[in-house]
Amino acid sequence: MTSVQFAAASDADLAEVALTRAEYVHLVDALGREPNRLELGIVGALWSEHCSYKTSKPLLGTLPTKGPRVLQGPGENAGAVDIGNGLACVFKIESHNHPSAIEPYQGAATGVGGILRDIFTMGARPVALLDSLRFGPLDEPHQRHLFDGVVAGIGGYGNCIGIPTVGGELYFDESYRTNCLVNAMCVGIVEQGKLTLATASGPGNLVLLVGADTGRDGIHGASFASVVLDADSAARRPAVQVGNPFLEKCLMEACLELAGDPRVIAMQDLGAAGLCGSTAELAHRGGCGIEVDVARASRRETGMTPYEVMLSESQERMLIVAKPGDVRSLQEVFERWDLHSDVVAVILPEQRFIVRDGSDQVCDLPLDLLVDGAPPRGAPGPRPVGPAMVTAAGIPPAPWTPDEAILQLIGSPNLGSRESVYRRYDHQVGDATVILPGGDAALVRVSGTSLGLALATDGNSRYTALDARQGAMIAVCEAARNVVATGAKPVAVTNCLNFANPEHADVWWDLHDAIEGIGEACRALEIPVVSGNVSLYNDTGGTGIDPTVVIGMVGVIDDVAQRCTAGFRDEGDLIALVGPVEAELDGSEYQRLAHGVNAGVPPRLDVDLERRVQSFVLEAVSAGLLHSAHDCAEGGIAIAIAEACLLGDIGAWVGIDELGQGEGLIIGEAGILFGESQSRFVISFAREALVRLHELAGRHAVPFRGLGSVGGERVCVTGCIDVSLADVRRAHEGALIERD
Amino acid sequence: MLRRARGRNGFAVPPLTLARGGSPGCEMARLRTCPPHLSTLGVLMRFGIAVFPGTWSDRDCKHAVELAGHEAVMLWHKDRDLRGSDCVILPGGFAYGDYLRAGAVARFAPLMESVAAFANAGGLVWGICNGFQILCEAHLLPGALTRNTSLEFRCVPTWLRVESVDSVFTAGCARGDVLQIPISHGEGRFVADEETLAMLEREERVAFRYVRQDGSPVDGESPNGSMHDIAGIVNERRNVLGMMPHPERACELLLGSSDGMALFNNVAKLVSGNGVMPVAAVS
Repeated sequence: MTSVQFAAASDADLAEVALTRAEYVHLVDALGREPNRLELGIVGALWSEHCSYKTSKPLLGTLPTKGPRVLQGPGENAGAVDIGNGLACVFKIESHNHPSAIEPYQGAATGVGGILRDIFTMGARPVALLDSLRFGPLDEPHQRHLFDGVVAGIGGYGNCIGIPTVGGELYFDESYRTNCLVNAMCVGIVEQGKLTLATASGPGNLVLLVGADTGRDGIHGASFASVVLDADSAARRPAVQVGNPFLEKCLMEACLELAGDPRVIAMQDLGAAGLCGSTAELAHRGGCGIEVDVARASRRETGMTPYEVMLSESQERMLIVAKPGDVRSLQEVFERWDLHSDVVAVILPEQRFIVRDGSDQVCDLPLDLLVDGAPPRGAPGPRPVGPAMVTAAGIPPAPWTPDEAILQLIGSPNLGSRESVYRRYDHQVGDATVILPGGDAALVRVSGTSLGLALATDGNSRYTALDARQGAMIAVCEAARNVVATGAKPVAVTNCLNFANPEHADVWWDLHDAIEGIGEACRALEIPVVSGNVSLYNDTGGTGIDPTVVIGMVGVIDDVAQRCTAGFRDEGDLIALVGPVEAELDGSEYQRLAHGVNAGVPPRLDVDLERRVQSFVLEAVSAGLLHSAHDCAEGGIAIAIAEACLLGDIGAWVGIDELGQGEGLIIGEAGILFGESQSRFVISFAREALVRLHELAGRHAVPFRGLGSVGGERVCVTGCIDVSLADVRRAHEGALIERD
Repeated sequence: MLRRARGRNGFAVPPLTLARGGSPGCEMARLRTCPPHLSTLGVLMRFGIAVFPGTWSDRDCKHAVELAGHEAVMLWHKDRDLRGSDCVILPGGFAYGDYLRAGAVARFAPLMESVAAFANAGGLVWGICNGFQILCEAHLLPGALTRNTSLEFRCVPTWLRVESVDSVFTAGCARGDVLQIPISHGEGRFVADEETLAMLEREERVAFRYVRQDGSPVDGESPNGSMHDIAGIVNERRNVLGMMPHPERACELLLGSSDGMALFNNVAKLVSGNGVMPVAAVS
């Protein structure tokens, strides 16, 4: 070893690499010596929460990950499921919260770039992107800056590379004022035989580093994403990477040319912790070792140290493992796309992680210790007891009449039109988007087949704030409901868990409960979790976000022509509600807007009923009985009806008596109109279908209530709501427009 | 030059699937009489589709061409061979990243030397979105495409009125036809000096103009703020068309509109109607 050894790391040294003293002591014990500075930095990056999942891993193990369609579960760059016709759907969701909070455009852009690489690394051609975004209220200029920057960054990257952004979600809440959330999901398609893994094998095989040259951008990105933000965070802007979507497009096309090519033994993109993280994981998955020579990596700038080369998070880079005899011919494929490549590493038989700088060996660590050795973190304390629940009792009555309420809700930032956002994203490139953004789920056809993929992201943090377990279960069920509304059967889930500082007992237990909730709902609905991401430390100056579970759901419809859409269609069609009617205002959008609180218990959820309701809708759609199906979510029945009117550009009449007793109280009516009871759809259909639907509802044992009919140019609920569709549209479309 | 291949008989007309909850645009498309399907006449045209690094509509254009029953060949930006194309399509995308100015680098590609020679000899060249930007940069069409007046990217449906039927591309349409075809661009605002605009109008070289859904003028309120609401223009010889909207995305009702198919069919119809190509392909 020629590197400088140092007797013991100071507190400042450890803070720089985000390791605790206890972790450092564990490292020294396991190593039997002090690490040098480079080794300490490498361990810091790989033991960061972002790379090691040291807090969440013990909990994530409880999730159901197996199923007849699962081709690849968690552990690879993305999950993969069998969608029929010999094809696999490859998908994953990932967060880019911390970088986006500091530099919204590049943070969001590189979030998109990173998730795209995760998909084409597996040999799959990306066909759709979705984004789940959360900000503080837009009344503050800084929130507008973040929101505009993030939307521009997503568009800037996705539009340039030519992958459609087909859906997602957008919420505004106080809890995100100091930590915005940017979660990006990508979905790709590959012939099953061409599925490429990131598992290195064959000692003596070489590793090519392809794509961008390595610069100083993004050093410590993984560690940065694993600590709370503070007043000095803006100074970490150099830890945010800069994206080049054009380069990624070339890299993607070249890699896709090589999908299924026998010369490619493994493919792995460079993401968190750069060359260090990718080489270590590649070798570790294959049960071998790796020796990296940093001197061989092309640099963007001079004077870079081995430490900087190993930890740089420069974007648009990829590793390819190949036999020595195949390297030259593979390089020619990249050269056709004007991509540079260097042989930077060799696979070793023994499980060691060795770094050289030319002739100097500068790092030698046991690979297992590096990748899997971070001491797992358990609960920081017992489950907090006490008055955690805010009760809804005693809140003042709502200030609005039902007419005012429906316009207030439909024009609120959380329920308003997202058209001003998604028109900035190319959502049609690829000639495959059958259901455009704005409905329950996007529907993308699978080229060369009759198949369609329904895609949705969902997560309501008001519910998880009140009850993490219940809220997480609802997130799974609602994402599934969005997919079912198109007629597609949910087949698999990816999840992004966004939480505050897990070193606080309440946050840790919320994480624990949320993962349990996801597991329970997924088991009940028989939908496996095949990939995911955890983002912790979404906390600034002691203020953390509400627990936020984002579920990415993929569903398959065998014949895309059979799809169902959310908007009412034909004058005279009947409208019905499938599912329960209860007056549950706790945790609702109405409660927040009208009463200014988020209190009580989230809506009840009966997963067995949920499953029956979803089967009912799927069967009704495939039998061609429905003209529309819309998930009844935020804003309750009234908003679901208004949305179906807006999407279909036609009015509706609904009788309140059909919804059960109004109890003669304003709050009671509001509970029925705007309460967010679960497991519900608003459907419409031709009169002739009524008998068969009744019979079908009976067979599935689901509540089925006729509500009214489609037609006219007003949205009416007898005796309480009567507004013109034009007024509803005006309120809806103005929701996100900046007011001076 | 006669058709190189005939008799792909039995090529089925693609089934049209009616979109549920169809917009009035779909209704319009449903009512319009479709031009005869060229493949049923036994004519096979070859469309050459340019692929620059950063091009992303190449696959969509290939799909549309094949859906129309014709042959698509890909033309690599580093090559000069047009591979015997009857019509060259410059598709949408961000050629070479478009970090400088859309189309500014692509015009210097080796392939563009052949495209320019082909166009100057009367060959059919069709620039869509980024392709239109490249044609303007290459001076094969007048004017320029600048940032949308909103300063934002726009991906929205648009309605185009056919203003001139005096070109191969629009000959099968009637003047005043309204086509529903989407746009997707950040730099699609057509600008030119007064003299050029007057010339384009006088010579009836404005192929398409943005209008409202009902066909009424947008009067400057187009999604990108183009001068004279121009969506597409042709060159003096009328063998080069540039347009910002994406007809290849409007070839199936399943995707919202099939109005774009008319343009693909027009090209083939006129070429086959004459029985000869205007010029031999340059290779």
